[in-house]
Amino acid sequence: MSAGHVAPKSLYYQIFAALLIGTALTIAVAFVDLGAFNNVAMLTIAAGKALLVILFFMHVRWGTRLTGLVVASGFFWLLILFTITMSDFLTRGWIAGSLR
Amino acid sequence: MPDAHAEHFPGPIHRPPVASNVDAIQPHEHEDYPHHPKLQHHFDDMAQQAEASTLGMWVFLVTEIMFFGGLFMAYLVYRSQAPAAFQEASAHLSIGWGGFNTAVLIFSSLTMALAVRSAQTSEPAKTQVTWIVITMFLGVVFLGVKAIEYTEKFRDHIVPGPYFDVTKWEHPPGVEMFYSLYFCMTGLHALHMIIGLGIMTWLAIMAGRKTFNADYYTPVEVAGLYWHFVDIVWIFLFPLLYLIGRHYHHG
Repeated sequence: MSAGHVAPKSLYYQIFAALLIGTALTIAVAFVDLGAFNNVAMLTIAAGKALLVILFFMHVRWGTRLTGLVVASGFFWLLILFTITMSDFLTRGWIAGSLR
Repeated sequence: MPDAHAEHFPGPIHRPPVASNVDAIQPHEHEDYPHHPKLQHHFDDMAQQAEASTLGMWVFLVTEIMFFGGLFMAYLVYRSQAPAAFQEASAHLSIGWGGFNTAVLIFSSLTMALAVRSAQTSEPAKTQVTWIVITMFLGVVFLGVKAIEYTEKFRDHIVPGPYFDVTKWEHPPGVEMFYSLYFCMTGLHALHMIIGLGIMTWLAIMAGRKTFNADYYTPVEVAGLYWHFVDIVWIFLFPLLYLIGRHYHHG
C-alpha cells in the first residue's frame, strides 16, 4: 500500500545542484547594476527555486490534482493581497488634492 | 501501487448491514477484517489516509503562506516608500553569512527529502534516523549562524528601539523600519525552524522505533513538507533582505 511515487536519488541530487546554482546566480546578479531589473531577476530565480522545491522535494509533481490546486490557490491569494494593496499605495497622489 | 503487502491489507470489505437490534453491534466491529494497525477507522485504506493527511498539511501550509505573506506585504509597502533606506540597510547585512545559511538550508532540504525517501523505501530504521539527525544538525547550524548575526546587530546598536544608533545612517527612519522587518521576518522564520527541530526530534524517536516503512510513512512525509516550506520562505527572504543593497550609492 505504498501510496506515493518514489523518486530516484539522482533526481534529488540534480534538484539540489540546481538550487545551489540558483543561489550562486542570484548572488552574482545582485552585484551587477541592472536598475529595477535586479528585483525582477532575483525574484524570478527565487520563484524558480521555490518551484523546484515544491514540485520535487515536496512531491507535488506526483501528487493529486487537488493538491496542486490547493498549493496554487495559496500563491494566487498571496498575489491578490499584493496586487490590491499595491494598487492603493502606488496610485496615491495620482489625483490632485488626495490625502497624500 | 500494488505490492506484496496488498495481500495482507486488502482494504475495506463490505460489512454486513447493521442490525436494527443495537445489542447486535459488536464493540470492535472493525476488527472483523484485517487492516494496517496505523489505519484509522474513518479512512477506506492507507492510500486515502496518506492523501488526506498530505492535503491537510498543504491547507495548513497555505495559511502559512498567508501568515508570512503579511510580512512580505509590509516589506513591499515600506520598501516602496523608502527604497534608498532599504538599500542602505541591506548593504550592512553579510552576504557571506546569508549565502552560507541559504546553502545550509538547501542542503537540509536534500537530506530531508532523502529521509522521506528512506522511509518510503523501507530502509532500516538506522538509515532513516541518520537522515533525520543530519537534517536537524543542519537546522541547528542555520540557527547558530542566525545567533551570530543577531549578536552583531545588538552589539552595533542596529536593533530597532531606544538603543538604535541613528548617527551611523543616512536614512535612519527607513533603516530602522528595514531592521524591524528583518527581525520580524527572520525571527518568525527562526521560530519555525525551532518548531521544526521539535517535530524532527519526535520523528527521529518514532523512526528509531521502526514505525515507518513503505506501508506507513505519512508523518515523515508531512514533517518533510513543513521543513521544505520553511526552506522556501528563506529562499525569498535571502535576496529580499541581503541582496538589495549592493548598488547603494552614498549621498
